[in-house]
Amino acid sequence: MIEAIDVHKSFGDKEVLKGISTVFEKGKTNLIIGQSGSGKTVLLKSLVGLHDVTSGDIRYDGNSFLELNNKSKKRLRQDIGMLFQGSALFDSLTVEENIRFPLDMFTDWSMEKRRERANFCIDRVNLENANAKFPSEISGGMQKRVAIARAIALNPKYLFCDEPNSGLDPRTSIVIDELIHEITVEFGMTTIVNTHDMNSVMGIGENIVFIYKGEKLWEGTKDDIFHVQNKALEDFIFASKLFKKVRDNNGK
Amino acid sequence: MRIFYHLGRYTLFLKKVFGKPEKHSVFVKQIIREVDKLGIDSLGIVMIISVFMGAVITLQTAYNLEMPIIPKYTIGLAARDSILLEFSSTIVGLILAGKVGSNIASEIGTMRVTEQIDALEIMGINPAGYLVLPKVLAFVFIIPFLVIISMGIGILGGFVAGSLTGEVPGPEYIYGIQYAFIPFYIVYALIKSVVFGFIISTISAYWGYHVSGGALEVGAASTKAVVSSSIQILLFNLILTQLLLA
Repeated sequence: MIEAIDVHKSFGDKEVLKGISTVFEKGKTNLIIGQSGSGKTVLLKSLVGLHDVTSGDIRYDGNSFLELNNKSKKRLRQDIGMLFQGSALFDSLTVEENIRFPLDMFTDWSMEKRRERANFCIDRVNLENANAKFPSEISGGMQKRVAIARAIALNPKYLFCDEPNSGLDPRTSIVIDELIHEITVEFGMTTIVNTHDMNSVMGIGENIVFIYKGEKLWEGTKDDIFHVQNKALEDFIFASKLFKKVRDNNGK
Repeated sequence: MRIFYHLGRYTLFLKKVFGKPEKHSVFVKQIIREVDKLGIDSLGIVMIISVFMGAVITLQTAYNLEMPIIPKYTIGLAARDSILLEFSSTIVGLILAGKVGSNIASEIGTMRVTEQIDALEIMGINPAGYLVLPKVLAFVFIIPFLVIISMGIGILGGFVAGSLTGEVPGPEYIYGIQYAFIPFYIVYALIKSVVFGFIISTISAYWGYHVSGGALEVGAASTKAVVSSSIQILLFNLILTQLLLA
């Protein structure tokens, strides 16, 4: 479980996060949604410690992340997997080396065991015949799978995904969403996905936090989201003509 | 005032760079890879520049010393001292600031804008130490060898140019390069090369590491890396000359 408690974040005079408090539950796919520029990515990066928060607290299973010393932070980070918007694979390493990288750095396992674990992760994300390829030689969807495989290599407790569908076609987006959800349930992780894709919301949104101009405006499940009377959230959901049509047809 | 900002940030960056490496075996492999990438790959350009540099120094000296009372071997002597004292360390340093400096800045800058550095940080790895320290150690280790090769090839270039044009007969040139030889000049050049290697690798890494934005900013960081490394090389060349030869 990860808690954000009254998190504020400013860059100079500009306050990007304005006192966000929420709980991201274990074993669930938690979604942070909102328009571009609403502060989603800043919140996600604050949660993982890539940004220092201006005030407030972030707790991992009850322990304040901000109060941890460097050694404890380092240990905690090995329990964190992250899928970046652009995959952030290491260009100079092959697919297998990318996935093996956290194992090479943080385990004393034999090469055989590390390879075995890497291949397990590769199989888990349904990647075929890609071990020896470099990131530039595979498609965007495959890169996301490799990034997921790398993120789960050390069997983390927490998984963060920043816009996992960015740059993918709708079909591949669904496959990646489903993969993230399956892995979350299978490994009992606390997963936080940052997205503005309504298909993801309807597909995997077990716990959804809506951020608007740096504030949390709404929190609930995918089943509740269509019944909320909130102008900003309605504008966000029904920006898609498809969803608007579904709503209008249901209204009839 | 901006210079103090960068000086402070550069100092803090160096503190991060010289942190304890994550895993010894991975660290050693990286150093070997960087020696190949930064050093061995630079061998071609160093050799080409050195041979022409030696040839031009010899011919220019010859054309300016066309007096019967000055023996021909002084051309070899002048060419040798110019190559040892200045050209093989400073000029090669400036050339490597362009080649290696832009390579380091653009590689690390690209890793920054594509979030690869964030990915390392999330894993609990010190990105500055992991990415930059092997480059610094590898380059500081390999640059004296490049300078020694440059010296040899520069002097050889002078010999070939002098002989082919007939300006300096071979035996005279060989006598000249041995005449009044001061071994400390080689030590002086090697000390300078180590300092220049450190300057090029750390300053270029500093600019690359602190890029924010996209491809344009990576290009700008690469340019800043080359310009500021070159200026620092010239500044430290002056300081070291005063300290070591005065």
